[in-house]
Amino acid sequence: MTFRKYLVMAGVTVFGAAGDSMLSHGMKQAGNVSLHHLSTLFVALLNPWVAVGILLLLAFFASYMNALSWADLTYVLPATSLGYVLLALVAKFALHEQVSPLRWLGIALISGGVGFVAGGEALTSHGHHESPLLTKDARNGAPTSVPAGTSVATGVER
Amino acid sequence: MKHLYTWGAIFAIVFASVVGDVLLAHAMKQVGDVHALLRRSGVWTVVGRILSNQNFVLGVAAMAVAFFSLLFALSWGDVSLVAPAAASLTFIGNAFAARIFLHERVDRRRWIAAVLVAAGVALLAG
Repeated sequence: MTFRKYLVMAGVTVFGAAGDSMLSHGMKQAGNVSLHHLSTLFVALLNPWVAVGILLLLAFFASYMNALSWADLTYVLPATSLGYVLLALVAKFALHEQVSPLRWLGIALISGGVGFVAGGEALTSHGHHESPLLTKDARNGAPTSVPAGTSVATGVER
Repeated sequence: MKHLYTWGAIFAIVFASVVGDVLLAHAMKQVGDVHALLRRSGVWTVVGRILSNQNFVLGVAAMAVAFFSLLFALSWGDVSLVAPAAASLTFIGNAFAARIFLHERVDRRRWIAAVLVAAGVALLAG
């Protein structure tokens, strides 16, 4: 994992969380959308919160596609679920909302899950982009020590 | 009746999201590492290559279905039910689908992560 790739993951997390919350806020203002009155849906799209939310979700989408081009789906999804944690922290410290013990437990579970997946490889499906002999350590002239959890056979860039 | 509508919409969201995620992940693997591509050719070449990928177009269509299902679900049901239910079920569904269709090696580490995150999301938004 390079610094640039961490930035992309952060982009997926932040844009997704911000976009979702703005969209949710906007849809509350717009009111009920009915199957029988589809026009209400297009009125909702004109709400500024909904519009900005959609723009942010487009930024999320670009980062998400970027991440999926070099990492597994089952790696990207948990790693970016930190957005939920971000939302809860914003609610607590910026909006001064009450965060119940049950929600703190939820935050702990998500963080634990992210820790689990982040310790593994990013790519398992098409792991032949880079030769195992050309890992970062080897290029920098460091002794070729293989970190625990790295599969030498697939030679995946971490 | 409203309850049935809400759960119907939740399952529509989950199904469409999983189909969309798998198609998009597959499309981006076909396109290749975007960072390496950008170094070799310009932004527009890469964008053109992504937009002309059939799986990408189908994936975006599936995501649009999921998005509009979400809008309907949110108007029928509580956001505190719809958002966590749809998100956690999508995590689990994606783990299965990625293993079956994308041949990702979903090992014990990733299963634990998927279950922890799904449970955490359910608690957080509930």
